Amino acid sequence: MHLYATVAASGFRRHATYRVATAAGVFTNTVFGFITAYTYIALWHERPHLGGYDQSMALTYVWIGQALFATSSLMGGGFQDELIERVRSGDIAVDLHRPADLQAWWLAADLGRAGYQLLARGAVPMACGALAFDLALPASPATWAFFLLSVALGVLVSFALRYLVVLSVFWLMDGTGIVAVSGLSTLFFSGMLLPLNAFPGDLSAIALVLPWSALLQVPADILLGRHTGGALAAALAFQAAWAVLLLGAGRLLQSAATRKVVVQGG
Amino acid sequence: MAEGLRAYGLIVWMWTRSALAYRASFLMTAAVNFAATGLDFLAILLMFSQVDRLGGFSLPEVAFLYGTAGTAFGLADLALGSMERLGGRVRDGTLDTLLVRPVPVLAQVAADRFALRRIGRIVQGLLVLVWSVTRLELHWTALDLVLLPMMLLSGAGIFGAVFVAGAAFQFWAGDASEVQNSFTYGGATLLQYPPSVFAKELVRGVTFVMPLAFVNWLPALRILGRQDPLGLPGWVDFAPPLVAVACCALAGAAWRAGLRSYRSTGS
Repeated sequence: MHLYATVAASGFRRHATYRVATAAGVFTNTVFGFITAYTYIALWHERPHLGGYDQSMALTYVWIGQALFATSSLMGGGFQDELIERVRSGDIAVDLHRPADLQAWWLAADLGRAGYQLLARGAVPMACGALAFDLALPASPATWAFFLLSVALGVLVSFALRYLVVLSVFWLMDGTGIVAVSGLSTLFFSGMLLPLNAFPGDLSAIALVLPWSALLQVPADILLGRHTGGALAAALAFQAAWAVLLLGAGRLLQSAATRKVVVQGG
Repeated sequence: MAEGLRAYGLIVWMWTRSALAYRASFLMTAAVNFAATGLDFLAILLMFSQVDRLGGFSLPEVAFLYGTAGTAFGLADLALGSMERLGGRVRDGTLDTLLVRPVPVLAQVAADRFALRRIGRIVQGLLVLVWSVTRLELHWTALDLVLLPMMLLSGAGIFGAVFVAGAAFQFWAGDASEVQNSFTYGGATLLQYPPSVFAKELVRGVTFVMPLAFVNWLPALRILGRQDPLGLPGWVDFAPPLVAVACCALAGAAWRAGLRSYRSTGS
């Protein structure tokens, strides 16, 4: 356990090293936040209460999206490219010999990264949004605490999905296509383009039960106070269930992939 | 200049041949590129599944803005999109290799890892543009017919200048390549929507400070028969070529200043 805590801390520090890149990312998140906010104002002006949000809730949703964009890797990425390159080059054979579990190692590193990005790339754009627009942020510390718990569960689901994509490269050998497809699916089904509640009818119902909704839609709805009491517990359980299921699938696929490496002789 | 273009052409041809050697992979990545940019349009379609108008504009009108912005940006991205990689070359010192070759550095950086698959973005923008034109009942005058291609080419010129200026900025801040995404991808996203959606100050900013409004907003609003929200005089709609030339000149100056200030990373 101590090992993985160290790995997580080094993941945090590694990303904290690139201060200029972080500042550049904050700037970009803020610019995109402004652009999206104005389009949402126009949309909610035409259809007040679309998806059950009023205008200030919709604007809050925009800035939650920008705050979680890097944290929950809403366009894929993170550790993915690095690990895929290790699979492609065969360096993964060395990793498999280490006295540490591959999945837990990369999960710890990704949690460290997410923690840094929530602090560095989440807080500032959200503050800019709150200064420029009238946001519906909750006053209750408990709501914020449940939001943070939900974000953490969302990062677990995000990691589990990206890890499955990496493992597929053991068979595909080239990750370009699947990384792009999974990145686009994440962008679309997380609700980054438009809240899933505001999707038309059936598409909305389907998108809300897919794992990607755990990345942004569920945490956002918790912060917006749309889930309380039993519904809040159900929302968190929904995220936790997907996290367990997908991490479990990752474990199964990992043992299959490991056997494959041995068969190839590394 | 001619020498630079010739070198650019040769390097581009080399990367294109190398990409086409893996035909299936090329087709797949081009299709993904096409789908990736299509996702923006899907978001607009989803919005219009809930409303009839956005900022007073109908779906075909927004599609016209989307198509013109997407095509202009796609052209610039195809020609100069590789330049965002300059920061990486500054960091790891491989830029030095380019400096000793008897070919302009700008041409080499622009053509470096040229990706023909980016053509997917242009195709997608053009398809939306054609669809919008068939749905809009516009009365095309001879002037409009000149205005449309002029808008696409000048828009590509303006976005191209943004790419070059962004790359020049990376001579000083190699890690800050993401800042330029705000102006390239962010700008392209902004221009997909009607200016009436945005706050006046923002529209003023992208007209007078960072002249992205000349990419498509001003000429496209004339073709659509709409007033521009700032109430600028009518001749401004024909200014995009001049604006593009001015932007390219400024970007060129920034590039030369950046290159002069470049100090190798050393070891």
